[in-house]
Amino acid sequence: MSSKEGSGGFRKRKHDNFPHGQRKDEKDSVNSSSSLMVSFKSFQLELDTRHDKYERLVKLSRDITIESKRTIFLLHRITSDPNGEEILNESEAKLEAVRQKIKQVAQELIGEDMHQFHRAISPGLQEYVEAVSFQYFIKTRSLISVKEINKQLIFTMEDKEEETNTPSSNPHDKQLCTWSLKVTPVDYLLGVADLTGELMRMCINSVGNGDIDTPFELSQFLRQIYDGFSYIGNTGPYEVSKKLYTLKQSLAKVENACYTLKVRGSEIPKHMLADVFSTKAEMIDREEGLS
Amino acid sequence: MAVSEMFITLQGVLTADQDIREEIRKVVQTLEQTAREILTLLQGVHQGAGFQDIPKKCLKAREHFGAVKTQLASLKTKFPADQYYRFHEHWRFVLQRLVFLAAFVVYLETETLVTREAVTEILGIEADRERGFHLDIEDYLSGVLTLASELSRLAVNSVTAGDYSRPLRISTFINELDSGFRLLNLKNDSLRKRYDGLKYDVKKIEEVVYDLSIRGLNKEAASDAGGEK
Repeated sequence: MSSKEGSGGFRKRKHDNFPHGQRKDEKDSVNSSSSLMVSFKSFQLELDTRHDKYERLVKLSRDITIESKRTIFLLHRITSDPNGEEILNESEAKLEAVRQKIKQVAQELIGEDMHQFHRAISPGLQEYVEAVSFQYFIKTRSLISVKEINKQLIFTMEDKEEETNTPSSNPHDKQLCTWSLKVTPVDYLLGVADLTGELMRMCINSVGNGDIDTPFELSQFLRQIYDGFSYIGNTGPYEVSKKLYTLKQSLAKVENACYTLKVRGSEIPKHMLADVFSTKAEMIDREEGLS
Repeated sequence: MAVSEMFITLQGVLTADQDIREEIRKVVQTLEQTAREILTLLQGVHQGAGFQDIPKKCLKAREHFGAVKTQLASLKTKFPADQYYRFHEHWRFVLQRLVFLAAFVVYLETETLVTREAVTEILGIEADRERGFHLDIEDYLSGVLTLASELSRLAVNSVTAGDYSRPLRISTFINELDSGFRLLNLKNDSLRKRYDGLKYDVKKIEEVVYDLSIRGLNKEAASDAGGEK
């Protein structure tokens, strides 16, 4: 029976302790160099390493979120600012900085299963998608594809110094290190869903500034996106379905603004139209709260 | 690419993902069934008569693990090998349960803690993530903590069945396990919550040992050990 080995084994371990006096535990007879304790020490190391990496990725994700949000705020100024070109250039510089952070994320994830750390970086990536697709829309009046986004997230570095250190002889003069990060389809969809909120704001802002073309362009564009999300419906993950409600509201606001433009446009001269909408814009902002 | 085309493509990707998950769910169900069978088998050791049968039960349980190996081999084929953590949530629970059952069998056989490598051998999976379908360390630790709860129950029932030495050995084992867990820096997640239960297991076993020692029953056991069963 097992009792023979069991009690014999444990008794032996107890006696081993006395000469060494390694008892760190007041509960006594726990040998800190027993195989169990050695295993748990390695578990401690493994868990700490994993948690540290997760934390580094969370920090990077936060930086990505903040910088992406600032880019979005910057891009909104394009409606009222005459110097659109300058704003676009500045936004490109900001997005490049974000991409450098994403490069660091990619480097952290080398040799790792991305999905193990996905929750750490997902918020940042969604915000980045929102910012980059916003800029893309302003430039091209179209929706950036996930492929386009991921193309910009391939980072290469020419490393001449590595060549002398590596034993595996690479006959080429330069070695290319490549890191890449792929935004998942779900993160892309969630980012685009949030984009619609910004487009709605852009619509109201442009109306308030007397731009009466943008709202109609936006309305058409938003409708296409809404149709896309409706097509997906509930077949996606829950987080995607949840966004559909807010999307519908954003679209409704834009459509109502277009309606008002159309109806009032026929009775009020253009130069007064702006005044009508600046008050209406205030009302819409207020009901939205601080969003 | 038109917006509508993009969404049609995306829809295709999402649907394909759902299909994979459906396949995974089916296999996980079979795993859960086998796990329940092993559990029912091993629960029998808590009964008075069950003590004699321990070796037989362990052998029977190991036979069931053969089925588990086959089912896990099937599970491996349901998704791309490098996307383990994408679908991990689907089998996390049953895998933790299987770790517990393997640890319980090994404890009943040898009164030692099954190592992570030994569990992966019993289950027929890899030890490292790089080599394929593996056992995540947190799942291993969760399973081990469930073992602690089971052993605190076994300590109580051992006394009831007249075995006064087993609880003492369980006590030593659990105390060492507790010391091991104290080394870990855990985050506030489900593993941490489960670990918080360990101190109640430790306490319960200590009470059993105390009850035995003040009545002198443990000394009786010590002198009988080896010849009792």
